[in-house]
Amino acid sequence: MSKIQNATGPLIAPYRRPQPGSQPELLHEPYRSTIRRAPSKPPILLPHTLSEVTGPLHGHEEIGETDNDLTRQHAGEPLGERVILSGRVLDGDGHPVPHTLIEIWQANAAGRYFHQRDQHPAPLDPNFSGAGRTLSDANGGYRFVTVKPGAYPWRNHYNAWRPAHIHISLFGPAFATRLVTQMYFPGDPLLALDPIFQSIRDERARERLISRLDMETAQPEWALAYRFDIVLRGRDATPLEA
Amino acid sequence: MDLIPTPSQTVGPYFHLGLTGGRSVARVAGEATKGERIALTFRVLDGDGAPINDAMIEIWQANAAGKYRHPDDPQTAPIEDDFWGFGRLATAEDGRCQFETIKPGRVPDSRGVLQAPHINVTVFARGLLRHLCTRVYFADDPANRQDPVLALVSEERRATLLLHPDPGRAGHWLFDVHLQGERETVFFDV
Repeated sequence: MSKIQNATGPLIAPYRRPQPGSQPELLHEPYRSTIRRAPSKPPILLPHTLSEVTGPLHGHEEIGETDNDLTRQHAGEPLGERVILSGRVLDGDGHPVPHTLIEIWQANAAGRYFHQRDQHPAPLDPNFSGAGRTLSDANGGYRFVTVKPGAYPWRNHYNAWRPAHIHISLFGPAFATRLVTQMYFPGDPLLALDPIFQSIRDERARERLISRLDMETAQPEWALAYRFDIVLRGRDATPLEA
Repeated sequence: MDLIPTPSQTVGPYFHLGLTGGRSVARVAGEATKGERIALTFRVLDGDGAPINDAMIEIWQANAAGKYRHPDDPQTAPIEDDFWGFGRLATAEDGRCQFETIKPGRVPDSRGVLQAPHINVTVFARGLLRHLCTRVYFADDPANRQDPVLALVSEERRATLLLHPDPGRAGHWLFDVHLQGERETVFFDV
């Protein structure tokens, strides 16, 4: 571990692999779309090179003033329960991941996406598009204001309903740290029935996807708050010997 | 400390709202970027060979000098102002999307062995609980024979990682991502 790389190659400190069971299996038959889409052959382990430990970085110029406030993107206010969503982006060692792009999208309070392909007969809200983006700050912190999304039906099986969730996309510092996930709300009885949430075997890992009520951030007479910390992959401190 | 990373979940069918649409990046290289201009058309297919119209492809690549625009790339070759190396597109009804970029240079691996020109690819879709990672290489490039990553792949599956020239159009390259089946693309555990 502590030996210095031979002199001919760049120093590569690899990112650590997630613990077994802490990520969803690709084939999870209760989620029917995986059956014809999950690769059937095992992936080939790729030792990290510069290609994997570098990755796209983004700047403040890409962020608009109301991009992190989904309640202020239209002339009027969206219907629904206003919520503040905040947290920190951390690496596997608990250190902040600063200045990384965080993108979110979600259904409106009635459980309908502002998307042509969403045909659920629940109302659209002319004041809610359901998309936002921000950069984490120097301490890894981020904050969005939005409305709590509704549950919605999705035809995976008879009477299938997705628990309320917000989709979250992060880049982190490297190609190897890319993450797209979904954040859920505490105490939702639909979580126990949801094949997407249940695709993760390790219960502690599943729990990472559930935000917690955050009364410290909640604003009296204005909005409840939920806290959601996001942990990206950790990295070995020292370059491995090739 | 080794905290459990936040698990992945599928992008679902409505990712266009947050990730593409106005957030797409089809042109990876600017006017002044050095290098051989190329167009890459990806097509994403499911286990029945049917095109997937709700997938998203991201690409990440070095510039023509083999340098990534990233602080962890210690190579001395310069970065370029109008080249970031990142692209992102949703697939259309026919399962296709097309990027305009430049052919990347060779990037050394950790032992200093030069890798063949390649582009790092991430595939997202409804039905993929985690994104898939692969690499694409240029079919006619003699450097492929010495590439240390292609060498990890059995000879009969190596062809699934090759971009093929579009016979009618110079500089255009085609790549089918087969999620399953006899021609299943090689995916990497990154």
